[in-house]
Amino acid sequence: MDIFIDQFFNIEIMRKSLPLLITGLWMTLQLCSAVILLGLIGGLFVALGNMSERRWLRWLSIAYTDLFRALPPLVLLIFIYAGLPFAGINISPFAAVVIAFLLNNSSYYAEVYRAGLISVAKGQWEAAQSTGLSPAQTLIYVVLPQAVRNVLPDLLSNTVEVVKLTSLASVISLSELLYNAGMARSVTYNASPLVLAALFYLVLLWPLVRLVSHFQRRLAA
Amino acid sequence: MDRFLQTFFNPVVMAQYTPDIIAGIWVTLQIAAAVIIAGIAGGLLLACLRSYRIKTLNFFIICYADIFRALPPLVVILILYFGFPSIGIQLSGPMVLFIVLAATLAAFAEEIFWAGFSSVEKGQWEAGIATGLGFTRTLAYVALPQAVRLAIPPLVNRVLAITKMTALGSAIGVSEILSSATTAQSFSGSATPLTMSVVAYLVIFLPMVIVARWLESRTAWKKR
Repeated sequence: MDIFIDQFFNIEIMRKSLPLLITGLWMTLQLCSAVILLGLIGGLFVALGNMSERRWLRWLSIAYTDLFRALPPLVLLIFIYAGLPFAGINISPFAAVVIAFLLNNSSYYAEVYRAGLISVAKGQWEAAQSTGLSPAQTLIYVVLPQAVRNVLPDLLSNTVEVVKLTSLASVISLSELLYNAGMARSVTYNASPLVLAALFYLVLLWPLVRLVSHFQRRLAA
Repeated sequence: MDRFLQTFFNPVVMAQYTPDIIAGIWVTLQIAAAVIIAGIAGGLLLACLRSYRIKTLNFFIICYADIFRALPPLVVILILYFGFPSIGIQLSGPMVLFIVLAATLAAFAEEIFWAGFSSVEKGQWEAGIATGLGFTRTLAYVALPQAVRLAIPPLVNRVLAITKMTALGSAIGVSEILSSATTAQSFSGSATPLTMSVVAYLVIFLPMVIVARWLESRTAWKKR
């Protein structure tokens, strides 16, 4: 038992690695805000493409979402980070992570938005436009607020996935939370920094996971 | 254009590394199958146990489901892979990958099945028990079939997301598709093996994505 506590819950080592982990957390938060913000915007455009009257735009949108939902995010990330330099395109680890996860996440967000847009009755579009609102105004002021409210739990649970996803950036040595914890582990030969990183993720995400469950129960009731 | 093809679709490199990639596909499929079976079975068992409403037990089930839904799998993989040998537990890379992904899937599956159980009306439980089925048989014959039907679309999506995570094995030296490809890439000095891994993943997962889309559209129609 002592050896277990020493290996996983070594307070001394946790305290020493804390500053490094906080630097990593900061990077994780930056990654999250970039990927979530761009994913929410990109996903909306992909979803609108899916609802379009033009057939080619609909097919393009479906091909995009299916393609990027079929590829593991880590494969996308490695392909962009390690593959593109062969084509003479050099990009920073941060940019590689943002691009890879944007492609992945915008397709997940797009599917959520799509479900939301479908849930708003067609009469709402027609009514809003007959009052003289333009299609863009109808979307922004009438349809989108209702759509987002209807799929809020799914948007939220997808956002939880994005935060978890950023830990993959450690694979290409971007010094976010998990990468720094791994560094601290290899220096100390002790897994406590990794456990501390896990605690950071829990503190960050447990409330959101609870909230998702709460929403889902309310919808079911 | 020619240089592009030479870099990403070099036929010589392709021929040379095809056996490695195929070996990787085999590893990915085996781990994925084990994860799916263990994860769904585990999640279903936990959801059934939860429906007995034993307070202390439920507390642990809910904590387990919350923690494994909140933690990034890669963190848990690294803790098991690098931490456990120091306390005398040696786990192989594939074993660690299997345990963590199955545990993660079980947590999500538990929540999905539980949502299914919760949606079965109270009257049905009461009716089942009143006809003398008893709680366990009401659970098995009345609630479970309905819960499973509701669970299938979200479950397929979750299974897809988690089996894709077998690629994380490359971080701990499991020779699945991605790690075969990155190894081949560094030996050959060509990006072609990476293209091959992308194609391999598409061949495996694109049909699953399309099935998931079809399942979802079917349930969406029924709702209306």
